[in-house]
Amino acid sequence: MAHPLAAQLNSLLAALILLSAFALLTQRKKMAIVHTFAWQGLFLAISTAVIGFASGEHHLYISSLLTLAMKVILLPYILYSLIIKLKIHREIDAVVNIPSTMLIGLVLVVFSYHLTAPIRELSSLMTRSTLAVALATVMLGMLMMVTRRHAVTQILGFLEMENGLFFAATSATYGMPMVVELGVALDLLIAAFIFGIFFFHINTNFDSLDVDQMAKLREMD
Amino acid sequence: MIILSLLGISILVALILAFVGDWKYAPEVNISGSLLTFAVSLVLAFQVYGEGGSVAGSTYFFVDYLNISLVVLTTLVSTTTAIFSRRYMRLEREHGRVGHWRMRFYHAMFQLFIFAMLIALLTNNFGVLWISMELATLATVLLVSLYRTPNSIEAAWKYFILCGVGIAQALFGTVLLYFAAERVLGAGGDALLWTNLSRVSAQLDPTVLRLAFVFLMVGYGTKAGLVPLHNWLPDAHSEGPTPISAVLSGLLLNIALYALIRCKALVDGSLGPGFAGNIMMGFGLISLLTAAFSMLRQKDIKRLFAYSSIEHMGIATFAFGLGGPLATFGGVLHMLVHSLAKSATFFSVGHAAQMHGTQEMAKIRGLIKGNPAVGWGLFLGVMALAGMPPFGIFTSEFLILTATMKEAPWLAPPLLLGLTVAFAALFFKVQPMVAGGKAPGQQALTAANIPVFLHLALVLAPGVYLPVFLADWFHLAVEILR
Repeated sequence: MAHPLAAQLNSLLAALILLSAFALLTQRKKMAIVHTFAWQGLFLAISTAVIGFASGEHHLYISSLLTLAMKVILLPYILYSLIIKLKIHREIDAVVNIPSTMLIGLVLVVFSYHLTAPIRELSSLMTRSTLAVALATVMLGMLMMVTRRHAVTQILGFLEMENGLFFAATSATYGMPMVVELGVALDLLIAAFIFGIFFFHINTNFDSLDVDQMAKLREMD
Repeated sequence: MIILSLLGISILVALILAFVGDWKYAPEVNISGSLLTFAVSLVLAFQVYGEGGSVAGSTYFFVDYLNISLVVLTTLVSTTTAIFSRRYMRLEREHGRVGHWRMRFYHAMFQLFIFAMLIALLTNNFGVLWISMELATLATVLLVSLYRTPNSIEAAWKYFILCGVGIAQALFGTVLLYFAAERVLGAGGDALLWTNLSRVSAQLDPTVLRLAFVFLMVGYGTKAGLVPLHNWLPDAHSEGPTPISAVLSGLLLNIALYALIRCKALVDGSLGPGFAGNIMMGFGLISLLTAAFSMLRQKDIKRLFAYSSIEHMGIATFAFGLGGPLATFGGVLHMLVHSLAKSATFFSVGHAAQMHGTQEMAKIRGLIKGNPAVGWGLFLGVMALAGMPPFGIFTSEFLILTATMKEAPWLAPPLLLGLTVAFAALFFKVQPMVAGGKAPGQQALTAANIPVFLHLALVLAPGVYLPVFLADWFHLAVEILR
């Protein structure tokens, strides 16, 4: 590869993204989770720019800026102000058994490497080895949504999955076509608008954002 | 040009309704917008027929026999739903369940939803297909929670989160598909175009496509409500306003299945039939059986029909998985007639629930005595859904069953079991609701009858007599999938 430094930098950033994914799994304070999410977005934006520089695919600069605007500034800001407005910044998530969650997370990472192994063989891109990290981030986001019972935290898991998907696109193919990336960003923006409304609805109807309270629609046996 | 005006109308009407959606004549604006879209889609259909195949696949859109059939269906059902929603929502407003702002929101989002589905059907790009699927979901999330009751908010949250997680898998699948395509077609936006991909599908790397299909199956399978990814569906389809239930069950599930069969066609090109087909047959059969048995213990009328949607999606998925001209023909026909019959049934169900002020089946009695049109509409709709001759669903299920007997006879007994249980559940739950004396406290209402009976007539048509040109049309649509 023409840019050994870029490849190494990219691996470092991938490691940081994975690290922040694990950090998200263990954080208990709302604000800390939002901050960690913003850091993850920043690593993602830098990594996209680095790949764009090393590969000469200049459209990745636009993607990088888009990530910076959406995932580092806009979404954390929206979540931040929602948390303040709903007065839940002091609440602490009830997290059961962090060690076993971490262990499941580790298994998911190994599984991701296993799953993407055939693709690593085929690809000649310098980013091929980070695809596993991307898939792991998606899975860790899913794990976070399953293990946490708070609406805000679940949304952060959802957004983390989106980070993972974006990272997958940059590492597997140097990014999706521009029209697709813009469309995904638009969907994300609408989703942000919707979950903002949801937080208020859930809060007024259930007096809390704990989703365990919403358990009426179970199948009757 | 026609395609652009087709999409333009719905987005323009959505914008207008965002401002005047609570106006006295807003439902009429909604109807005329949908009707206009329907007319344009018919023009497009004739153009496709005239040019004998596909209207030029550009970078953005393409039209062939398969997707134009679904476009015409989508615009037709959206028009009849708009007609039904005029009466229905007026009553809801009189009952004080929705206010001014929510009417504006409702009308605007209805058209945006149609817009998203039309893009999903017409786009040539697999990435845009994903985006518009997600847009269609997002447009309907807040419609499910329109009444702001705790139950509806719970349903909408589940819909938002579970479908969000599900469809994220489909995006990962799309990334993998792009990865495989780029190696053949070169970098750039053209590598995700269906018209290019279907040309080179034999050269796509089988290992990557196998992995991609698993992710695509989970993603779009969630949206199509296939078991075990169906948890959100009964809630989302039963808690929202009934017009939305009708389009969610009748249209959005079809779009998800459409995405899935397009993916299958590509995977088959690379891996040969078998891999994708077997997965789809498994999902389809499990969905059919689980949904059929779940229907037996439902107490809420809209949940009953939500499960019936899972059942029918299962049948169609099974048929496409089985493959071959006969089963695929049955599958395409099944998608079309199920959509019409299900939305017609939901229209009757909506009025029945309004007459009794509840969705609980035990409290709905004597519909035929109370309002013959609603009662008979519900009864005939259910007979159509249960697969009674001479309705079109009988024809499609018969075709699928015949193909199963021929291709995979050991799967015919479970298929037949599912169909029988579903029939029994529907018949015994609905019969006491329509027959017998009126329930105490039943209210009279003026129902919107045209949509129901128009749909039922259209469902009847293929069961009685399928015009030659339509049969040809379906055969050509089936050709695309082989």
